[in-house]
Amino acid sequence: MVDIPILMIGKNVVVPIQTELNDIGAKKMQEDVLYKIEKTTASGLVIDVSAVSIIDSFLGRILVDTSKMAKLMGTESVIVGMKKEVVLTLIQLGLRMENLNTALNLEDGLNLLRKLQETLHGKISG
Amino acid sequence: MEKYQDSRDSGQGQSVSTTIFVASYEDVIVARQKVRELMNEMKFSLLDQTRVVTAVSELSRNIIVHAGKGEMTIIKYDESGRRGFRCIFEDKGPGIADIDLAMREGYSTTNSLGLGLSGSKKLCKNFSIQSTRGKGTRIEIAEWK
Repeated sequence: MVDIPILMIGKNVVVPIQTELNDIGAKKMQEDVLYKIEKTTASGLVIDVSAVSIIDSFLGRILVDTSKMAKLMGTESVIVGMKKEVVLTLIQLGLRMENLNTALNLEDGLNLLRKLQETLHGKISG
Repeated sequence: MEKYQDSRDSGQGQSVSTTIFVASYEDVIVARQKVRELMNEMKFSLLDQTRVVTAVSELSRNIIVHAGKGEMTIIKYDESGRRGFRCIFEDKGPGIADIDLAMREGYSTTNSLGLGLSGSKKLCKNFSIQSTRGKGTRIEIAEWK
């Protein structure tokens, strides 16, 4: 099984999913990401799905759950690059992805993370 | 693993079927790729491909989760007036006790989101399901150009 690369850009963990993940691979990715967040005390997480052509209910749930889990660890996350076909299909499938931060691409995702982190720090210091 | 069956009859148009054994999560990916290839070859739109391949992913996963193993058969129809294909997902698993309940959005016996069956039905233009308790389940989807 191909390991999904997990990169660091500044203090953010960035996960570009480049292959079609099977269910076991998707679960492993989730564990690897949480491990990386813990080890690096990252402040943000970006999962890039721009190369993913199918998001079914399983992978969709993994993405939502990973984001929730990261949040519980104190890390904001953003899913970036969902293709229009994938989005249309997810909505038709009935998958709810509420409370999920999303952005068009990696750059926008990193910008959004910065804003989220600033707001968070503003709240703490204010 | 695959087996090919070529059933071309004289003049009556043609249908070609391919069967894929579904017994692991990797086979789910293979099933997806096979349907994607066929739809691409038949020039279905990218949205159609994504819609149907997502359903194929859900239905072949169901085979693994509920029956352990089974098969998917793709039958391609390429004749004047009828171009399209059927995908048949068959297993000899425990079957479904209450199909109406199983088709309900959010209903799951495995702590999943319960979108596999209900979602696939919504994604496919033609969807039919037959199941006998103790005998197995057969789901058929079809797409026409």
